[in-house]
Amino acid sequence: MSKSVILAAGEKINPLVPHTAELIVGTIAFTLLFLVLRSRVVPMFEKAFTARTEAIQGGMERAEKAQLEAQRALVQYNEQLSKAREEAQTLREEARAQGSAIVEELRAKAQEEAARITAAAHASIEAERQQAVTSLRNEVGTLAVELASKIVGEALEDQARQSRIVDRFLDDLEKSKK
Amino acid sequence: MRSLVVLSAEGEGFVPPSSNDFELPPIFGDNVFTTKPIFLVFLSVILVSLFFILSSRKAAVVPSKFQFAGESIYAFVRNDLARDVIGHEFMRFVPYLFTLFTFILTNNIFGIVPFLQFPTMSRVSFPYVLAASVYLVFHYVGIRKQGAWKYFKEIMFMPGVPKAAYILITPLELLTFLLVRPLTLSLRLFANMFAGHLLLLVFILGGEHLLQGVIGLKLISPFAFFIGIVLTFFEFMVQCLQAYIFTLLAALYIAGALADEH
Repeated sequence: MSKSVILAAGEKINPLVPHTAELIVGTIAFTLLFLVLRSRVVPMFEKAFTARTEAIQGGMERAEKAQLEAQRALVQYNEQLSKAREEAQTLREEARAQGSAIVEELRAKAQEEAARITAAAHASIEAERQQAVTSLRNEVGTLAVELASKIVGEALEDQARQSRIVDRFLDDLEKSKK
Repeated sequence: MRSLVVLSAEGEGFVPPSSNDFELPPIFGDNVFTTKPIFLVFLSVILVSLFFILSSRKAAVVPSKFQFAGESIYAFVRNDLARDVIGHEFMRFVPYLFTLFTFILTNNIFGIVPFLQFPTMSRVSFPYVLAASVYLVFHYVGIRKQGAWKYFKEIMFMPGVPKAAYILITPLELLTFLLVRPLTLSLRLFANMFAGHLLLLVFILGGEHLLQGVIGLKLISPFAFFIGIVLTFFEFMVQCLQAYIFTLLAALYIAGALADEH
């Protein structure tokens, strides 16, 4: 080969003709590199790829799960909230109904009381009037009898008769009044 | 090496770089296993192995920057090349495609790494080896999957084609599968690296030569260097692209062999 270089000034070497040494070395070198890369490099990179895929997939699954959970919680909270609102609504209505019932009851009670007081007053007035009438009647009777006995001079000792006379007198009085 | 060629030219004039510039002499005596391309190939094996072993060693769920760098390249080959092209059976071929991609990429990029500055794949032997491996792999996969008879029957007699067309299609298909595919695969990679390196040599050696000329030529030489630098960036793109294309085509061939009907 070194000879050919020195000769080269005049003649041209055909670059398409391979050299045996280079063919051998090329084959060995390529095979060597292939064996190294196949045994040492490719499995390691594949391992990294697999691990990474798993890590990413795991992360995504976790995220999905968390999202689902959050959604479930949201639905639950919304449900609870609406339930609480409904409850509050019923409570309010109940309270309103109760309040109006209490007012109604109190009013009825007050009216009753008023009626009772009025009735009692009426009754006592009536009793007092009756009493006054009775005592007046007695007094008037006594006075009239006294007066009449004084005038007539006749003693009306007989009690029964006396009161009969008085009654008749008063009845007449009332009749005349009418 | 360059000086050797210049000396042997025995002239003052500019000797344009040629295919001879790719014939590097052995570093130690006459041992043909000690040339620069061969050292570079071994260097690439060591660098790629070290880089990926170290970056994949921890295989953490949350990667360090270093692990992320290695992982990105691996994931690119695994997902964008192997999985998208081959389909559900892709995992079996990931180590192979991954090796192809990183091996070619590293050796290509050697073309613009300072002090190394030689794209190993511009030595046609290496693309031959790689294309041969692709050739063996995809035929083997096809025969394993469908049986030798069915596999070659489907190559020769594509289903759904009128019988008369087989006169034309059968030889073409056979040629494609048995000869054109491995040849184009290796030559595409080789020619791109070869031409790219040659182009850089033209501008940089040309710039150097101009610098030794008269004052007027000296003034032009910065432009030659500037274009050399621009082309270096361009080469970087080509180097990555070629590694990608080689691996993509390998994946496509494997996918074709795996498919029940193509």
